[in-house]
Amino acid sequence: MKAFQALISRDLKLAFRAGGEAMTLVLFFIMVGVIVPFAIGPDRPQLTRLAPGIVWIAAFLSMLLGLDRLFRSDDEDGSLVLLRHSVLPLEAVVAAKVIAHWLVTALPLLFATPVLALLLSMSWEQWGRTVLALLIGTPALVSFGALGAAVTVGLRRGGLIAPVLILPLCIPIMIFGVGMLDPMAGGGATLFLIALSLVVTAFSPLAAALALRAAGE
Amino acid sequence: MSVDTVKQPNWFSRLAHPGQFLNWTRHVVWPLAGATVVAFVVGLWFAFLNSPEDYQMGDMVRVMYVHVPNAWLSQAVYGVMFCAALGTLVWRHPLADVANKAAAPLGAVFTTLALYTGALWGRPTWGTFWEWDGRMTSTLVLLLIYLGIIALWRAFDDQLKAGRIVAIVTLVGALNIPIIKFSVDWWNTLHQPASVFTAEGPRMPASILTPLLAMMLAFTLLFALLQIVRMRTEILRRRADSLSRQAALQGGAK
Repeated sequence: MKAFQALISRDLKLAFRAGGEAMTLVLFFIMVGVIVPFAIGPDRPQLTRLAPGIVWIAAFLSMLLGLDRLFRSDDEDGSLVLLRHSVLPLEAVVAAKVIAHWLVTALPLLFATPVLALLLSMSWEQWGRTVLALLIGTPALVSFGALGAAVTVGLRRGGLIAPVLILPLCIPIMIFGVGMLDPMAGGGATLFLIALSLVVTAFSPLAAALALRAAGE
Repeated sequence: MSVDTVKQPNWFSRLAHPGQFLNWTRHVVWPLAGATVVAFVVGLWFAFLNSPEDYQMGDMVRVMYVHVPNAWLSQAVYGVMFCAALGTLVWRHPLADVANKAAAPLGAVFTTLALYTGALWGRPTWGTFWEWDGRMTSTLVLLLIYLGIIALWRAFDDQLKAGRIVAIVTLVGALNIPIIKFSVDWWNTLHQPASVFTAEGPRMPASILTPLLAMMLAFTLLFALLQIVRMRTEILRRRADSLSRQAALQGGAK
């Protein structure tokens, strides 16, 4: 458990001391939201209607943008080889890195959502539901992202393949995440999203660790 | 010691040996090709000449004889890839990743044909080429998964490593397909009530079922044939690769 926490804090330190990647990602997240009204017009009722979908797409793209860093830098400087031989099983290593990655790339997005809510003229109630949906759904997005990153870690040209692979898999998360915001849908979508997120978060470290082992052979 | 002098192993290991596979499939390819042609002739004869028109759709119903077999294969091929992925990960079967690699483009083609014929059929009967109907949407997502797997295969230089990693992705995709199907159905019923798809058509009489089954058999045979030919090509290609690598090594040593 100590090693697990150490790994998380190592990743957090790396993320915050070098590059300021988290801030750049938040900036990208807001920019996607800013750019959409230029494409579809500044009609406020229409923006209100589309806002949850826009926020989800912005979050989606931001997650995809950040995921290449998940294992790539560790693979390049050799620390992934060390981690494979550490006291922690590789599955736990992946889980720790997923948690750290979520804290660095997904949590800041949640704090940036009020800006988008303002720009896209969301109501407070709509904003609250969106934040809740993102809070439930983003762990699953990060977990799928970890799988995509693990699968493509050995590839020099892997940057584009990972998003293409995991986007179709993420469709259910998108559906239930946006469905949660529909007042007609009731609580079903919330429960489905929670279930999906739990299952994906639980199983993806196993698959990602398997892929990392296969890539390292 | 050559391959011929070794004691014959059991059938499973024999199947696993790429050379043995080349040997026994050599005798299978041509009969299978003949059977495919015969099945297509019979199926098309039934489909075009010996089946009734639908009382609502008229001659358009004949699209079904191409559409349904392709739709069936779009899922069956993924089943084959799923078994191949298990073979790669569980038994490290040397032919399993060859089978996976051979099947992926075939699956993509059958899925594309299913969507294409579906669009051709949908235009006159539903009045639209594309509708975000649950089944169409999940078929489209399936196509995207196929294309992702093909892209992953092409990204790797080392095909053995690629085999294991693609197998993992194939398994994850297989576990996800039911979830995607379910979520898309849920999404569709939420956003638009069934309005276009009320015309279920008549229950299938034998005069329609016979040509349909014949065409399904024909398309399945076609898949089996193409799969075996593609696997043979892939094995031979890998052999040629390793031979040229050996030649380069010896040339470099001189």
